Amino acid sequence: MALQVTIEIKGAIVVVGPVGDVDLNCSREFQGHLKKVLESRPARVIVDLAKVPYMDSSGVATLVEAMQIARRTSTKLVLCGMQDKVRSIFEIARLDRVFTIVPDMATAGA
Amino acid sequence: MSKARTELDAVPGSAPHVELRLLSQPRYLCGARDAVSSIARRFGFDEQTSGQLALAVDEALCNVIRHGYQEAPDRPIWLRIWPLEDETVAGVAGGIRIVIEDEARQVEPDLIKSRDLADVRPGGLGVHIIKQIMSAAKFEKRSGPQGGMRLIMTKVLDTKPESAGERRPALAKTKG
Repeated sequence: MALQVTIEIKGAIVVVGPVGDVDLNCSREFQGHLKKVLESRPARVIVDLAKVPYMDSSGVATLVEAMQIARRTSTKLVLCGMQDKVRSIFEIARLDRVFTIVPDMATAGA
Repeated sequence: MSKARTELDAVPGSAPHVELRLLSQPRYLCGARDAVSSIARRFGFDEQTSGQLALAVDEALCNVIRHGYQEAPDRPIWLRIWPLEDETVAGVAGGIRIVIEDEARQVEPDLIKSRDLADVRPGGLGVHIIKQIMSAAKFEKRSGPQGGMRLIMTKVLDTKPESAGERRPALAKTKG
């Protein structure tokens, strides 16, 4: 089954919202969505993870790659709405301080 | 009488309590995760630790699919589970042992390492995640004509009572 991803454009801000588990089965698809959004060089990309109950390291790798692209294009990448299980993998991988992670959409500047 | 065993990273001599054989396709990862987390809860692990055990298994299976089988979709992977309840390891009240085997190309176990975490780049985290979550994890080469690799993972159950209102930190290891 394909990963459902909502993309909402709010001026210079793009909100990307994957729905469901992000694992090796769909991380490439997620990567494709993120790359396409980042190609348009918005000022800010918010990845809303509120509807992602699970993510493995392939999903994390996709976000690391997105962060690297965002840095090159001066786009601010923000992660928000992380559930505890998803936050756990960022902490284990010590990436929780590398990304900008905020609790919710309002804090993310949407 | 239970047979004494002191090695947390050895394959038990008894038959596994649960055995899954799956093809090397990412779409089956969710089934393996669900099975492991459900069984871990039945073995006495809390919700958070059960979820982390499922993550460790997911990472191990992903490594087999991506690196071992180079994403070939028709190769076998075996996932076997034992409880630690029949064992008499000093200070161990219980836990779970999970063994994952494949027929992928063999590599020297010492070469299976995580990347340097300070070098932030996509990928290379699976082994680090497995070792952080499990009490013990060991890669070894399978013997026999089919070759392949084996990963033996053990998580020991922590029986220490948590004080009221105290939440275990997200990364606390249960033991070991």
